[in-house]
Amino acid sequence: MSSVTIDTIPGKGEDISHGHHDDHAHGVPHGWRRWLFATNHKDIGTMYLIFSFVMFLEGGVLALLLRTELFVPGLQFFQPELFNQFTTMHGLIMVFGAIMPAFVGFANWMIPLQIGASDMAFARMNNFSFWLLPVAAVLLTASFFVPGGATAAGWTLYAPLSLQMGPGMDLAIFAIHIMGASSIMGAINIIVTILNMRAPGMTLMKMPLFCWTWLITAYLLIAVMPVLAAAITMILTDRHFGTGFFNAAMGGDPVLYQHIFWFFGHPEVYIMILPAFGIISAIVPAFARKPLFGYASMVYATASIAILSFIVWAHHMFTTGMPVTAQLYFMYATMLISIPTGVKVFNWVATMWKGSMTFETPMLFAIGFIFVFTIGGFTGLILSVAPIDIQVHDTYYVVAHFHYVLVAGSLFALFAGAYYWLPKWTGRMYDERLGKWHFWMSMISFNVTFFPMHFLGLAGMPRRYADYATQFTDFHMIATIGAFWFGFSQLIFMYLVLKAYAGKGEAAAAKPWEAAEGLEWTVPSPAPFHTFETPPVVR
Amino acid sequence: MMKFKGLVLACALTMSGMAAAQVNMPGGPAVNQLNLTTGVTQIARDVAWLHWMMLIICLVIFVAVFGVMFYSIWAHRKSKGAKPATFHESVGVEIAWTVVPFLIVIGMALPATRTVVAMKDTSGADLTVKVTGYQWKWGYEYIDGPAEGVSFLSNLTTPTTQIYNLEPKSEFYLMEVDNPLVVPVGKKVRMVVTAGDVIHSWMVPDLGVKQDAIPGFLRDTWFRAEQVGEYRGQCAELCGKDHAFMPIVVKVVSEEDYVAWAKEKQGANAAAADDPNKQWSSEELVARGQTVYNAQCLACHQATGKGVPPAFPALDGSQIVMGPMAAHIEIMLKGKPGTAMQSYANLSDVDIAGVITYTRQSWGNAGKGADAVVQPSQVQAAR
Repeated sequence: MSSVTIDTIPGKGEDISHGHHDDHAHGVPHGWRRWLFATNHKDIGTMYLIFSFVMFLEGGVLALLLRTELFVPGLQFFQPELFNQFTTMHGLIMVFGAIMPAFVGFANWMIPLQIGASDMAFARMNNFSFWLLPVAAVLLTASFFVPGGATAAGWTLYAPLSLQMGPGMDLAIFAIHIMGASSIMGAINIIVTILNMRAPGMTLMKMPLFCWTWLITAYLLIAVMPVLAAAITMILTDRHFGTGFFNAAMGGDPVLYQHIFWFFGHPEVYIMILPAFGIISAIVPAFARKPLFGYASMVYATASIAILSFIVWAHHMFTTGMPVTAQLYFMYATMLISIPTGVKVFNWVATMWKGSMTFETPMLFAIGFIFVFTIGGFTGLILSVAPIDIQVHDTYYVVAHFHYVLVAGSLFALFAGAYYWLPKWTGRMYDERLGKWHFWMSMISFNVTFFPMHFLGLAGMPRRYADYATQFTDFHMIATIGAFWFGFSQLIFMYLVLKAYAGKGEAAAAKPWEAAEGLEWTVPSPAPFHTFETPPVVR
Repeated sequence: MMKFKGLVLACALTMSGMAAAQVNMPGGPAVNQLNLTTGVTQIARDVAWLHWMMLIICLVIFVAVFGVMFYSIWAHRKSKGAKPATFHESVGVEIAWTVVPFLIVIGMALPATRTVVAMKDTSGADLTVKVTGYQWKWGYEYIDGPAEGVSFLSNLTTPTTQIYNLEPKSEFYLMEVDNPLVVPVGKKVRMVVTAGDVIHSWMVPDLGVKQDAIPGFLRDTWFRAEQVGEYRGQCAELCGKDHAFMPIVVKVVSEEDYVAWAKEKQGANAAAADDPNKQWSSEELVARGQTVYNAQCLACHQATGKGVPPAFPALDGSQIVMGPMAAHIEIMLKGKPGTAMQSYANLSDVDIAGVITYTRQSWGNAGKGADAVVQPSQVQAAR
């Protein structure tokens, strides 16, 4: 970020005293009303974060059930139809319930604080977009208990398989519609907040990169969530109202679904990683004690990735049998994405270069992110080569690839951000020793779980299989051991966060990190209920 | 929690005793195989070469970038008294690390382009075979050549006792079939791929082939196997509950063996055509029907006839099975649109009559309901 200096620091004392004024419109509400009727961006942010962590645990338990069945060949614990339900719901819950809402939680908490706004632009819509999520989560989870169980068509819900499912599929469709509406409202809120509510002097090119990446992400969300809604609505009408969008016998085309889905699906991948780039771009300079290298090129790279994300979707479909020209085009376009992504990695490394680094937990997770995410980036580049993709498409190689970018990418960035801003949220420092334990346990067990999956995929092990040839056994065993290790390691994080929220631990200073930059560090820790009621002036 | 871990451990011990000694699967995965197979086709070799090329380039960049990063982490740390520099941009460096990767990417794309074009070139085939993916088996039909007109279904032969860990697993566990696809060595075989219900994907790594099977559409791919042998693959697109249980085996044989096989197969097909006007006894039909049921129906409707509702309804006590034969014959011939129940019109009249008779006399259905015996002639009349 280019240098942000503050002329007037909004009086810390002012804000705190203001919270205790008898002005009823600005007091802190109490009891359940505070949460159900929440309009405060910090409360709503907190609720988003709690919700996403609960969903992370639910999706994680499903993953561990999958890994349990896959520990050895043969069918031990779950029949294949239930196994497929677990696979599907693990994907849907992690994508729509855990990762996406977690980033929205970060946006709610941090964007107003980082741009010097008093709250989000549409406070009541903010409330609505959060409270839609638990409704969707209940629908999704309840679908396990309807006749036939949850949808087992994979998180991609490919037609015509999704047309065969029971009522669990309809519940999933409704749940995704609701979550999509929530995402669109959240995105509108973020765009309006960033474009209209920046403090005087906070030009766009002075904004922290987290705000930039979220601004671009929000546009992606508005562009593609309706596309997903269209795709699943067509499935719904094919299922119940006699249409045949995806039925060849009625003039439809099953591959049409895949085109529509991936036109959503590929930008969705960047929706889940761009805000992570923003978090990492805040943390690396703070702990390298050196300004971010190439701020402007970071912004341009983010925008390039977003634009490219709309023109590469069919690289998910190389095996459907496209014409040779289409395969070549999608291969070339996809390979181009590696260039702006590379720029980002180079910029982070250049930020560290000749810095004065310390390695607190946020920095460890940020470095871990750069290291492991880059592995996922390289396997992505390898997958973009159509002939290789055709060999490993729908195998564990792809499973390994997207877990390297989604777990080691998005999730590690979320952990980095959580440790970085936890003092601001709770007013307490986390236990540094346990935080480092959490990092090392997660980092090692993540690789134990997912690295062997590259080998499985290269050897031809298809994904979404409840049972497998005995030749694959050893790597599956290692992956299962790693998965349980990874799962239980997350309890450390839960403990640390709960402890800080309970108000235990060392009290945090307004700016607990020596070289952290940004307006959020000018308000006390924990951030008072109302901040920046008088906008700060940024020079 | 300890109890659960104990359970897992106990299961693991039992299973490792039950599992076959791990040996490489000829034509399938090797034990703990680490990389792509080089296979038995030019395409598979090209793909393996491309992968090595990509892997090496990526590894070099990876080592270079993270060498710099870890050197920096080691050298530029506060605890060693490093003082932070203040630079935060450099137009020259930034242009360089945009342009150089662009050139590298072009270098990667060129050889890949050649392989893409080769993979898509299905012209000049010596032999064309149509593959149809069904839930959960493959159907093969020879369109031309000495085996023209030969068609058969290919089912998993791994016994359920192995799947449920009641007996040791064989080296071909889950990758063995009753009727493999048989093709001649050294010939360009064009595969025309489609599906009968949902999307499947026909994959054989050693042949360098993976093509989605899309219901209602034909897509093609090709291979030219250079060595005699059996090559194995599995369905690669999630297609429902038995996705993991519909493998592919391609048996590559010499030209002479292929011609002999084709002749035998064509003869066998003719011999298997039963006289439809013969009156079959109830026992004969039940015996025939049980074989057909196990191969065609069991995956969905289950050995118990209870199915897996609601996707796969029970036959035990079913209205259609207990009611007059006409509806039962019709659903066998036409399937039920919008469900996994496909048309079985490709089975012979005797097979259909047999399986109908079998379901009408099995489980709780025996002795109840109408029309206990359905004759092949009655099926033929309904066609």
